[in-house]
Amino acid sequence: MEPIDLDLDENELELPSEPMHLNMGPSHPAMHGTVRIVLELSGETIVKSDVQIGYLHRGFEKMCERGTWGQVFPYVDRLNYVSPMLNNVGYALAVEKMCEIQVPDRCQWYRMILGELARMSDHLTCTGAMAMELGAFTPFLWYIKAREMIWDILEEETGARLTHSFGRIGGMANPPTPALKEMCKNSIKAVLSLVEEGEGMLLKNRIFLDRLEGVGIISGADAIALSWTGPCLRASGVAYDVRKSHPYLKYDEVDFDMPLGKNGDNLDRFLIRLAELRQSARIILQACDRMADEGPVNCDDPRVVLPPKSEVYTTIEGTIQHFKLIMEGAKVPAGECYSYTEGGNGELGFYLVSDGTGTPYRVRIRPPCFAITGGLSKLINGAMLSDIVPTFGSLNMIGGECDH
Amino acid sequence: MSERVLEVLKAKFGDAVLKTHSQFGDDTAIVDAKSWKAVCRFLRDDPQMSFDMFTDLCGVDYPDRNPRIEVVLHLYSTQRRHRVRLKCAVGDEDMGGCEVDSICDLWVGANWFEREAYDLVGVTFKGHPDLRRILMYPEFEGHPLLKDYPADRAQPLVPYRTEAEAGVPLEKLAPFAHDEGMPFGRHPTREHGEN
Repeated sequence: MEPIDLDLDENELELPSEPMHLNMGPSHPAMHGTVRIVLELSGETIVKSDVQIGYLHRGFEKMCERGTWGQVFPYVDRLNYVSPMLNNVGYALAVEKMCEIQVPDRCQWYRMILGELARMSDHLTCTGAMAMELGAFTPFLWYIKAREMIWDILEEETGARLTHSFGRIGGMANPPTPALKEMCKNSIKAVLSLVEEGEGMLLKNRIFLDRLEGVGIISGADAIALSWTGPCLRASGVAYDVRKSHPYLKYDEVDFDMPLGKNGDNLDRFLIRLAELRQSARIILQACDRMADEGPVNCDDPRVVLPPKSEVYTTIEGTIQHFKLIMEGAKVPAGECYSYTEGGNGELGFYLVSDGTGTPYRVRIRPPCFAITGGLSKLINGAMLSDIVPTFGSLNMIGGECDH
Repeated sequence: MSERVLEVLKAKFGDAVLKTHSQFGDDTAIVDAKSWKAVCRFLRDDPQMSFDMFTDLCGVDYPDRNPRIEVVLHLYSTQRRHRVRLKCAVGDEDMGGCEVDSICDLWVGANWFEREAYDLVGVTFKGHPDLRRILMYPEFEGHPLLKDYPADRAQPLVPYRTEAEAGVPLEKLAPFAHDEGMPFGRHPTREHGEN
């Protein structure tokens, strides 16, 4: 047996502790398939991290410059693919702001109902996926079941489950179906009971709570400095919600609360989303009561709104109007505007530049996820490797939006 | 948006504010690129302005104008609830002198947005701590959101390189080599049955 070499320095007996480089993603189940984090680890602690995005870049802004204003709708659908209706409405409002038109009341309520349904599906996906990534598979299935109910309504209304392309400049593609109100009332009851069930499973689970509580903390001031918006900002206790601070559509006429967090940790972000689900449900029920059953949905502006098909096929004026709008696009007055709405993850801004023709000169989207993912490094530096999963999950990064 | 902000800016910076306008309810100030950072600092620190939240930054290309690139910044104040749009124009027709001061140290959130503007439009932000491409890969040639970048242009293929072959530190870690990242037991360099 070899004798132990006692001349060794004490330090040399320790394990070598060079920083270790680790690639997390882009093909990692918890990275939602589109983000790569290059980590420098000391043991299990993260020393440095570099968040790299762009794996889902599709040149959205360049594509928009090649079609008409109306042809942008299918693209915005694919930005945030869990709440496409909010993007549709946000973009429609931006163009309407430039054309200085306002849609009829009935359409405004309709947009609110559809938008809040989309917000519910967004929050359900995020909270469900967050639970699944931490090993709780059952609540995920329940939440997806609830989301399916919401998508059933959206499918009934728009004909598509996911990419609706339902918004139009100056209105919506179709008026509400007669079944809408009843479907909303029935489904929301079922969705909320599913949410409650899932919540009961998770919020009494020590393992789940331990991984969320006190992890990924960010203060309100830091969150503002990082230009965070939406549920992530409100979880840090900052009262900023576009629907409350700068109401659009009919948000100033409905009664809803703005839930705020205290600590700004993962648990707060999780709870805020659950609380907002209930507020969205409240908004939908009020909007269902207020929305008229009859009346126009599209505004009466021949510059931007397509004529009804009965006129297109029978009158020359209708045919010409249809042809001009489809081939040349609606003429949006020259100038620039920034329009902002509350998307699923925060302030969704559209900065539009028009040169007065039927084609956008520049469509710039301000995706809420982009700013939020930009702050991810700050949250995970100094934390443990396993904390990345709940922290990243709580931010609800949506690749399509973040990578444009 | 608030028109009062524009008045204060005009009074404070005089000639550096080249033009202001309020269109569709949005208030815009076009400032000289040299005083870009000073105006931003004033907007953030002045208690009357207190624009604590950076909202958006992007570049817009106008090839017919000189300077051709417009840097557009949107700011918001969570305390006073007002907004302003700040613009400056940089760069001649060959994209020379297309640079402006970075405002990363004023608002941390500007970091990625400036990287994006650099990536897509080609504006260099002086003093940015980490100015590299963000949506495109490092080997990408050109800036896609310039109007003279054809939408159907193909990019050259990037051969696999190690850091030593490239001669310069790659901005990202090299992709996995052929024998890396394989599941255990299916290593191509090993013979069957060896393990």
